[in-house]
Amino acid sequence: MSIIIAIIVIGIIALLFGALLGYASIRFKVEGDPLAQQIDDLLPQTQCGQCGYPGCKPYAEAVANGEAINKCAPGGEETIKKMAELLGVEVQPLDENHAADNTPKVAFIIEEDCIGCTKCIQACPVDAIIGTTKQMHTVIIDECTGCDLCVAPCPVDCIEMRPIETTKQSWQWDLNSIPVTQVD
Amino acid sequence: MESIINRIDKNQFWKFHGGIHPPEQKFITENKPIRTLPLPKELILPLQQHIGQAGDLLVSVGDTVLKGQPLTSSAHPMAVPIHAPTSGKITAIKDSTIAHPSALKEPCLFIEPDGNDTWVKRNICNDYTKQSDSDLLQKISDAGISGMGGAGFPTYVKANTSAKIEFLIINAAECEPYITADDLLMKEHSPTIVDGINILHQIIKPENVLIGIEDNKPAAIKALQNATKNLDHIRVCIIPTKYPSGGEKQLIQILTGKEIPSGAIPSSQGIVMQNTATCFAIADAVINDIPLIRRVTTVTGLGLNKPQNVWALLGTPVNFLLEQCELHPHDKQRIIMGGPMMGFTLPSGNVPVVKITNCVLAPSAKEISDESTEVECIRCGQCADVCPAQLLPQELQWSAKAKDHQQLETLNLFDCIECGACAYVCPSHIPLVHYYRIGKAEIREHKQQEIKADKAKIRFEARKLRLERDKKAREEKQRKAAEARKAKMNSGTVEANNEMSAVAAALARVKAKKAQTSDTTSQDSTTEAAAKPKNPQIAAAIARAKAKKLANQVTDNSDITAEVDKTVEAKVENETPTENTADDKKSKVAAAIAKAKAKKLAKEQADEKTDVQNEITEETAVNDVSEADSKKAKIAATIAKAKAKKLAKEQVDEKTDDQNEIKEETTVNDVSEADSKKAKIAATIAKAKAKKLAKEQVDEKTDDQNEIIEETSVNDVSEADSKKAKIAATIAKAKAKKLAKEQEAEKSDNSQPDVEDTKAAEKKKRIAEAVAKAKAKKQQRLELN
Amino acid sequence: MAFWIASSPHNHIQNKTSALMRLVIYATLPGIFAQWYFFGWGNLVHISLAIISALVAEFFILSLREKKIPEQIFDGSAILTAILLGISLPALAPWWISILGAAFAIIIVKQLYGGLGHNPFNPAMAGYVMLLISFPVQMTSWQPPLQLLAIDLTFFDTLSVIFTSFTTDGYSMEQIKTHIDGYTMATPLDTVKTNLTLGLTIAESMDSTVIGENFGIGWEWINAGFLAGGLFLIFKKAIDWVTPFSFLFSLFVFSFIAFTFSPDSNASTMFHWFNGACMLGAFFILTDPVSGATSTKGRMIFGALAALLVFLIRKYGGYPEAMAFAVLLCNMSAPLIDQYTRPRTYGHKKEQNAEDNTNA
Repeated sequence: MSIIIAIIVIGIIALLFGALLGYASIRFKVEGDPLAQQIDDLLPQTQCGQCGYPGCKPYAEAVANGEAINKCAPGGEETIKKMAELLGVEVQPLDENHAADNTPKVAFIIEEDCIGCTKCIQACPVDAIIGTTKQMHTVIIDECTGCDLCVAPCPVDCIEMRPIETTKQSWQWDLNSIPVTQVD
Repeated sequence: MESIINRIDKNQFWKFHGGIHPPEQKFITENKPIRTLPLPKELILPLQQHIGQAGDLLVSVGDTVLKGQPLTSSAHPMAVPIHAPTSGKITAIKDSTIAHPSALKEPCLFIEPDGNDTWVKRNICNDYTKQSDSDLLQKISDAGISGMGGAGFPTYVKANTSAKIEFLIINAAECEPYITADDLLMKEHSPTIVDGINILHQIIKPENVLIGIEDNKPAAIKALQNATKNLDHIRVCIIPTKYPSGGEKQLIQILTGKEIPSGAIPSSQGIVMQNTATCFAIADAVINDIPLIRRVTTVTGLGLNKPQNVWALLGTPVNFLLEQCELHPHDKQRIIMGGPMMGFTLPSGNVPVVKITNCVLAPSAKEISDESTEVECIRCGQCADVCPAQLLPQELQWSAKAKDHQQLETLNLFDCIECGACAYVCPSHIPLVHYYRIGKAEIREHKQQEIKADKAKIRFEARKLRLERDKKAREEKQRKAAEARKAKMNSGTVEANNEMSAVAAALARVKAKKAQTSDTTSQDSTTEAAAKPKNPQIAAAIARAKAKKLANQVTDNSDITAEVDKTVEAKVENETPTENTADDKKSKVAAAIAKAKAKKLAKEQADEKTDVQNEITEETAVNDVSEADSKKAKIAATIAKAKAKKLAKEQVDEKTDDQNEIKEETTVNDVSEADSKKAKIAATIAKAKAKKLAKEQVDEKTDDQNEIIEETSVNDVSEADSKKAKIAATIAKAKAKKLAKEQEAEKSDNSQPDVEDTKAAEKKKRIAEAVAKAKAKKQQRLELN
Repeated sequence: MAFWIASSPHNHIQNKTSALMRLVIYATLPGIFAQWYFFGWGNLVHISLAIISALVAEFFILSLREKKIPEQIFDGSAILTAILLGISLPALAPWWISILGAAFAIIIVKQLYGGLGHNPFNPAMAGYVMLLISFPVQMTSWQPPLQLLAIDLTFFDTLSVIFTSFTTDGYSMEQIKTHIDGYTMATPLDTVKTNLTLGLTIAESMDSTVIGENFGIGWEWINAGFLAGGLFLIFKKAIDWVTPFSFLFSLFVFSFIAFTFSPDSNASTMFHWFNGACMLGAFFILTDPVSGATSTKGRMIFGALAALLVFLIRKYGGYPEAMAFAVLLCNMSAPLIDQYTRPRTYGHKKEQNAEDNTNA
């Protein structure tokens, strides 16, 4: 008899808590960004496609659906770490197919060599190259994400990726890099 | 409000949190008058000496400038000009190390003084009170005055405030150890400083003017009090000596008890602050029309035999100052621009004095040693006790070391004024400020990147939308056109029949093109180890990364590149006979090269007028130089061949067109039977046509008729069975190259002093280079595959 | 000509962590002297043993961690830990007590947490508590002041007791602790506590021989010695005045309230101040910056909390002395106190700061 009472009591308690939890899950529902959106926010938005997807958002969607997190070369270790944290998975080393040094770079068109084929303009994911047929092209440095998608299509190889120069504003207080020769 | 003034009148001030009392060391220079230096041999003027934008240059190398002549100008609101500190000649405009902790190089003007010190025409203003505010502001701006206390903020921007100003505070605290520049200026030029204050008063119209001065400068206080004796609105406030009471926020707190909210500027609280040296410069500029070309600089430190305050012309190299004050350097001598707390070390003495240089410090090894090594933080909390911003330096330090940017911002890192008090007291000798600076720079960089990423995202999405829209529009257009055509065709007239055949041709072309694309795609994807059958672009990107790697391994040794070139050529030559029947890859490589060549010619032609006649004449001229009749044909053939190759490729794709096939065979027979002269002519004509066509093709305006003819002519050569012709062509190609070079050389000599030709030759050379590059690239890929 | 590059500020106060440690060590001398005067050589022997043990342990760990050995081993922190531990131990405890305690303090409490600056607990007190819990018999065998001893305890006797448990004349610890009148003597705090359980009033306890005329023979002077040393440190700005002040003031308040309500069952304020490790704790242990609170407000709370714990444990706890436990408990709460007592940054409103705290 007492066993039955115990079962009933426990059962009622369980029901009560179940109801409470169910209510709470509706009442306090967190309206979060969809996962893909959150992942997209972590990606560097270079739109370089080195991950195998045409742009950062498609890759974010793929990651949300189970794609490996280690394919973003421009984002490097840091992005992988952040994604791992978000998704609660292990940090993986960068996929070696995608390994690249990710010092910030921008495309530079060697203007004398440019033949004006517009191929790079078509390749640029962020419309950062201007120019028209048979006219010299040039890169809007501020808009360039350094994805280097424009380098391959160039038939005369006149595009190169140049590291962004340090200015007074972007200098990172690396005193060791200042050349010092001792007093004679 | 009234109570603030009451308190000040009673000499009661507020206190700011923390602060330190480092050894003042002002005795070294404070009793010596300001010395005027001889002219240095060279002046170096950085174009940008203030916060904001550099102006545009008004002078060029070789110009002679007069003292006080403006050298830059700009309409930008955050730009102030620089002026020639003395008369002389501009010897260079080039990048040189600037007065900045990074020791980066920025554009500088180099002036060689002529020793005459000739002034430009000046307008002395006897009564500034009659001038309008805007005139005064214009004068201050034109004189290039920016804050001389350290930050270098353009003064007229600060003075041109629309807010109602309660307090104009003149910062005469000079709390940094060693520095006595303002002290001496006040001692010697108090009346001028007061003039400057009055000018500011006239512009800003504050309710009160407060001069904040530390009590360790009795002589300067006396001088100021004398100069302001008859001026009721100016109060000289003598505040206790404590570092950093000269910080803007700290001085405001001491004098008014107000705090400037984080991220706000003082004028939002009805306060404007100016430095004494700036006031002096304003008076000089408005009254005497002397732009900011010199300043008082304290050259001090026990490393000097004659430490002293000097009137330094802007642009004077620090070396010159040190020479004049007799530096006896020791090992690991450091030269600090600014004070020992907030100044920065200079990597060399070639850095000029700029508008913000209030001190050049050359300490002896004993005064400031570098033997401090960082040890672990013991959380003693002394740093927090002395922090004037009431931050928690040791917690900031841990977060900075851990690169925890979020925590750094939570701890208000950006409210740190980098006064160095925390690092000064730290018993563990941790360079706290350095960690904060790095942290700040990193956070700033990070934010920049985030902004950039957001922008890129927006642009990417906009582009995607546009492409989709374009695609839809195109489809729509095509659909409409097709409908129209259908309607026409159904009408059953002769015209309609013609149309029909044209449509058939066009369809065939489209098919061919499709075939071609799918071909390329399949090739590309096979090169990608068949693993990534995705977007060809992506595949290419990955391939490129690989190629880069390989290229790095191969190194860009020119010899190797040359060899690669050769092998490519060799391969191409070998492959030529089998081109038509042959395996896909090889022919494609050849085709690619041919394409590049075609492009080259297309460009050439575009540049050299599209007139076919001209072209032919030029070619003839080239041939004349070679002086060989037989060669002529070869050269022509070669060029034709290049085009032929390109077209051959297209043709391969377009073989589906039966009509073409038939015509082609006919022409092949023609060629094999034709005598050499005929062939020559045919080739030349073919070439011209080909060129024209190529151009048109690039423009994507293909004329059906032309295409057919062109293809035919191309087939003349490319499809020809006779091996001889091909070999000859190859040799001719090589010779043509050689010839082109020779010709270029000759032309540059004098044989044909035609400018256009020289240009053409140059262009040719460049194009040849480009082609070579393209070849090399292709080769790399080929090797990879 | 080129020059040396460095980051500002370029000048620096001529003060070093090691110098700070040395100063603190000097400040313990008056207390140690009083200890020697009233209780003989025991603590000096233990201090020496603890120093040797601590340095060996430090050397061992530093070499394992591949740190700069000469610099870190002599930064004074290990020696200071050993001294504080040596002072706290019963004078005639066996030799291995101090060896073990110092090694534990250095290896487990200090170095395993990351070395100087990273230990959440005060190493000396953590070592002491470990010993107290593990070896209660040895750690509660307090030697009575020399003047109450029936036998003459020389330096060699002390050494002999520490190393062999018997004096050169063959007396055991128990015999040393026995009063001429035949009962076992304990510390004043212990005496009071025991007497209270026996139903005696405080006033009656105060007649006990070990308490003497004031608050405890010897103990009052030892505490006075540490008070003097502490005041010297405050004067030299080596330690902050807030924590000791807050601690002593709060202890005074708590014991005063209790004493006012029930003078029979509560010892006087000064009895609390001048007994046990009160002054040592107030000026030398609680002020340990590494394991204490940082901000002024935080230190206030820290000191007050310690005082409350000391009072409660002395009154209701199982052990007569409470300093070590109180310190450890306060060490645990220090990060929390720091978290909620962050000062308002210049130019920021209070509310915002509070919000930041909850976010953090």
